[in-house]
Parts: sequence; structure tokens; C-alpha cells
Amino acid sequence: MPEVVIQTENLTKRFGDFTAVDEITFEVFKGEIFGFLGANGAGKTTAMRMLTGLSNPTSGKATVAGFDVYKQPENIKKNIGYMSQKFSLYEDLTVMENLQFFGGIYGLSDNQIKQNSEALIQELSLQNQAKKLVADLPLGWKQKLAFSVAIFHNPKIVFLDEPTGGVDPSARRQVWDLIYAAADKGITVFVTTHYMDEAEYCNRISIMVDGKIAALDAPGNLKKQFSTHSMDDVFYQLARGATRNE
Amino acid sequence: MKQFLSFVKKEFRHVLRDRRVLLILFGMPIAQVLLFGFALSNEIKNTKIVIVDYAKDYASQQITTKIAASQYFDIDKNLLSHDQLLAAFKKGDIKEAVIFPVNFAEDLSHQNQAQIQIISDATDLNISNQVIAYLTNIILNYQAEQNQLQKIPYRIIPETRMLYNPELKGAPNFVPGVMAMVLLLVCVMMTAVAIVKEKETGTMEVLLVSPMKPWTIIVSKAAPYLILSLLDLISILVLSVFVLNVPVEGSLVLLLAESTLFIVTCLMLGILISIQTSSQQIAMLISLVGMMMPAMMLSGFMFPIENMPYALQLISNILPSKWYYIIVKNVMIKGTGFAAVWKETLIMAGIAMLLFLVSLKKFKIRLQ
Repeated sequence: MPEVVIQTENLTKRFGDFTAVDEITFEVFKGEIFGFLGANGAGKTTAMRMLTGLSNPTSGKATVAGFDVYKQPENIKKNIGYMSQKFSLYEDLTVMENLQFFGGIYGLSDNQIKQNSEALIQELSLQNQAKKLVADLPLGWKQKLAFSVAIFHNPKIVFLDEPTGGVDPSARRQVWDLIYAAADKGITVFVTTHYMDEAEYCNRISIMVDGKIAALDAPGNLKKQFSTHSMDDVFYQLARGATRNE
Repeated sequence: MKQFLSFVKKEFRHVLRDRRVLLILFGMPIAQVLLFGFALSNEIKNTKIVIVDYAKDYASQQITTKIAASQYFDIDKNLLSHDQLLAAFKKGDIKEAVIFPVNFAEDLSHQNQAQIQIISDATDLNISNQVIAYLTNIILNYQAEQNQLQKIPYRIIPETRMLYNPELKGAPNFVPGVMAMVLLLVCVMMTAVAIVKEKETGTMEVLLVSPMKPWTIIVSKAAPYLILSLLDLISILVLSVFVLNVPVEGSLVLLLAESTLFIVTCLMLGILISIQTSSQQIAMLISLVGMMMPAMMLSGFMFPIENMPYALQLISNILPSKWYYIIVKNVMIKGTGFAAVWKETLIMAGIAMLLFLVSLKKFKIRLQ
């Protein structure tokens, strides 16, 4: 049995009368790439915010990296990385300065920061860009860098909120190569996405409809279950029942 | 601590890399001090002055010549009636007038006492104050010269009338005013905008997911502006002492301590604004219209608070800049010690504390 790193039980978030996330229960295993799909407003981001400690659940249980979301959010934060939907690096700082800063706020020592950034720059072949402002990098590079910054402190789990929004197909492929490499190193990847082809890259996916998890399985199994050949189709069949609009 | 230092370093990089921010931070205070300073000292030259000489005798002629001899005035002799004079003032054609009554010299030589009337448009309070001071000097000078020849001394009594602002209260001491304005601008607006910018670009989320405590984020975000505004304060003081010859009469340490308290208060305000807003434009608008305008209008350094309607006087009490202005005027211009300003200091500290508690509460709600 693989190690469980995220576990939720009837996790719920209400804003007044509106139930954004409705009693979701699931497990994520170590080293897994777990896709989190759903139409806009289905509750993906809210669920992710609860797991990352950005917002408190209304009811239900959840542990992340073995820590309780209610009682130990500080411990959770030390063990996770996060890449937000919006581009999350500082454009007016250089690549190196960004690394120094994010290493610093995660409490890495100067030495660690130096080692990690040298390795990272090598890996991304950014040698010539290390002293350039992030604003001057092409978008694909920025996205790769943002992902690398999210796992710079070597977290147990990394949360990616639509990591490839607005990026061209070849750069998307490259970001996914990095995601695979991270998963190989044992980092669990929790990723939300709109792209159905990306869903295929995940080990398992959950599809949220109206705040509930409508389906959860490996992409191949889901396709069999809905007797179709494409994830698109699976998604449409599930999303058709949705009553919520944006 | 390591987190905090990384943060402060990063924040300085932001500021140093942005020319516009640098310009606001350091160009503006210097420009303001110099503008205010030199606009004030130059304007007195070539002031148009109307001499209404009903006496036309030797004494009035001599004084007129003396006034003309100084480089400060352009003289226009014109016999206007009292009503004509007032009408000309109202239209703004003339700003100052010197009136010699009939029998000026006769009064002097027979009663050893005569009057000169000086009328000044007090809407430009600084100018009219200085003009009157110059004119009075010239007249006293003449009187002293004459008295060397007299057994019983002459007395010329300049009777001044300030039109439109007879009380003359709150003559603007611009250095304390500029200090309050600049610090308010830097601390409130720059801090609010800097924090909101992180919200707008999405980096705030990343910071909140990091192990840094939310309040550490806010404090480290504000800390660099504390340092920058202290630098601003020092550059204003240096300019004021060495370029404008407005010395710090009281204790410099006290002045810096009080300023730090004001800066902290303003930072709290900036943080509160940033918590309540989510776009840089709105943060800037609130800082400018909601904070700067009332501070400028109601703190007492543009318009005397005593002349305001009672309701506005009450409102002015909640403005930290009002209390800071009073403190700086006392410490810097009058040279008083802490004993004279402890009440104002206490009020300002109270406002800072209140702002801190409110923003702490709002911040927690926001994070839910």
C-alpha cells in the first residue's frame, strides 16, 4: 500500500448559503500526479485553498503531509510548494534574486540556496539568463522557472493551479517534463487543469461537478467506464449535469 | 529573521529598480522643500505698492523716497479715495497700500506723533506679513534718524490693516507641513500600493502559502518604507537647515523619535488600506483623496484650524498629521521639549494602536 500524503473526509466549504465544496472525500498517494478537473466555479480552487492552508474548511477532515489542516497549518506550509494561477515570480527581480528570495522565505540557508540554484540553473540551462530580469524571459521559460521555484525547497507535495494557462503547446510539454521529473523524485503533484490532454498525463484524476467529486480514477479506467476514447467526452458527460454556472 | 531579511532585501530591490518610485521617494521631497522655500523668499521682491499721500509734505516725501530706495517695492503713487482703494483691493489690482494722512508732518512736529496706515491683502499671508515687516522697519528707521535731531522724540505709529484674514493665525510654517505631507505620502500611499501590487500580481497568494506568518509578511513589507521615509525625513531636514536656514531649535532626537511614531502610524494606515482594497488604482485613490486631501486641508498647515467650522475642527482631531504638525512646529520651530508635546504624542500613539488593532482584525477576517 503506497503512503497516503493527502487525505480528506467530507471536506466542506460554505460561503453563507453557497456550498463551494460539498463533502469531498479522496486520498492522494506519495509520488503520484493527481489531476483535479472541473468547470469554472466547480470548486477546484476552493478545495485547493483549503488544502494549502489559505482558507479554513467549514467542516470535514483533511490531512496534508500528515498534518491536520485545522491544527497544524504552519507545518503543512513548510512541506508544500505552490504555484498560483497567475504568474507568481517577481518580474522586476532577476532569476537569481527570485531564487534567493523564495529560498529565504522557506528558511533555506545561504549555502543551500546557492547549491539548489546552481543545480536548477544547470537543469534548466539558464546559465546565460541567471542575471536577467524575469520580465525579459519568454513566457515558456517563466512558467518553467515558476514551477522550479515552487519545488525549490524540496517540498513533499506541490500544488499547481493551472500551471500551463496561456502557454504554447511546446512549452506546456516542457513544463510537464519538469512535473514528471519532480514526481520521479518522490514529490507528489496535485494539479488543476482545463486541458483534457493534460489530464491524460496524470496518474489519477478527479472531476468536480457542483462542488462534489463526480468521478475519480485513472484516465484509462474513466474512459472505459464512460465507454469513450477521449477524456473530453468523459468530461462533457459529467459536466452536462452541472447546474452551476460561473 | 532570515525570512524577514530576505524579504527586506527583495523589497529594496523593487524600490531601487523602479525609477518612478525613486523619483517620488527622493525627488518630490527635495522639490517641495526647494519650491516652498524659494517661492517664499523671492516673491517679496518687486512687490507693487500703492502710496496714497494725502499729506504731500516733506516727511511723507522722505519716507516715500526711503521705501522706493529699497529693492523690494515697485512704487505707484496714486490718490485714491478710501472706497476706490477697497475696490482695487477686491479686484486684486493692488496688494499693498501705504496711506499718509493729511497733516502728517504737522502732526509729527506739533504733537510728536503721527500715524501711517498700511493696508495689506492678507490672502497671501506670508507675503503680506513680510511686506508689513519691511515697511515697518523702514518707518522705524526714519523715525530713529529724525529723533537724533529732536529733543522730544517723534513717534510714528504704523497702523496695519490685514484685509480678508484679520486674525493672522496659523501663518504657514511650511517645513513642518512638507514633512507631514511627504511622510504621509510615502508611508500611506507607497506602502498600500506595494502590498496591493503583490495581491494583484498573484504573488501574495504564494507568500501566504509559504511558512511565513501573514503578519510577518505585512511587517516585512512595511519595514523598508520605514527606512526610506526616515531617509526622506533626514534629507528634508538637511535642506531646511542648510539651504533654507530653518534650524531645528529643539532636540533633534526628540524630533526624530516623534517622526518615527508618525511614520509608524502612517504605515499602519497604509497597511489598513491595502488590506481593504485589491487594486493598485483604488489603493492610490483612497490614499490620495481619502488621506492626503483631508490631511492637507484639515491639519492646520494650509488653513488655520481655529477658523474652521466646528464640525471640521472635530474631524481634524482624528488626523495623525494634525498632531504631528503641532509636534514638529513645537519641537522644530519653537524649540520646546517633550513636556510641551506629550499630549499630542499620546494621541498619535493611540491612533497608531487603534489602526493596528483594526487592521489585525480585518486581516484575520480577510484570510478566512
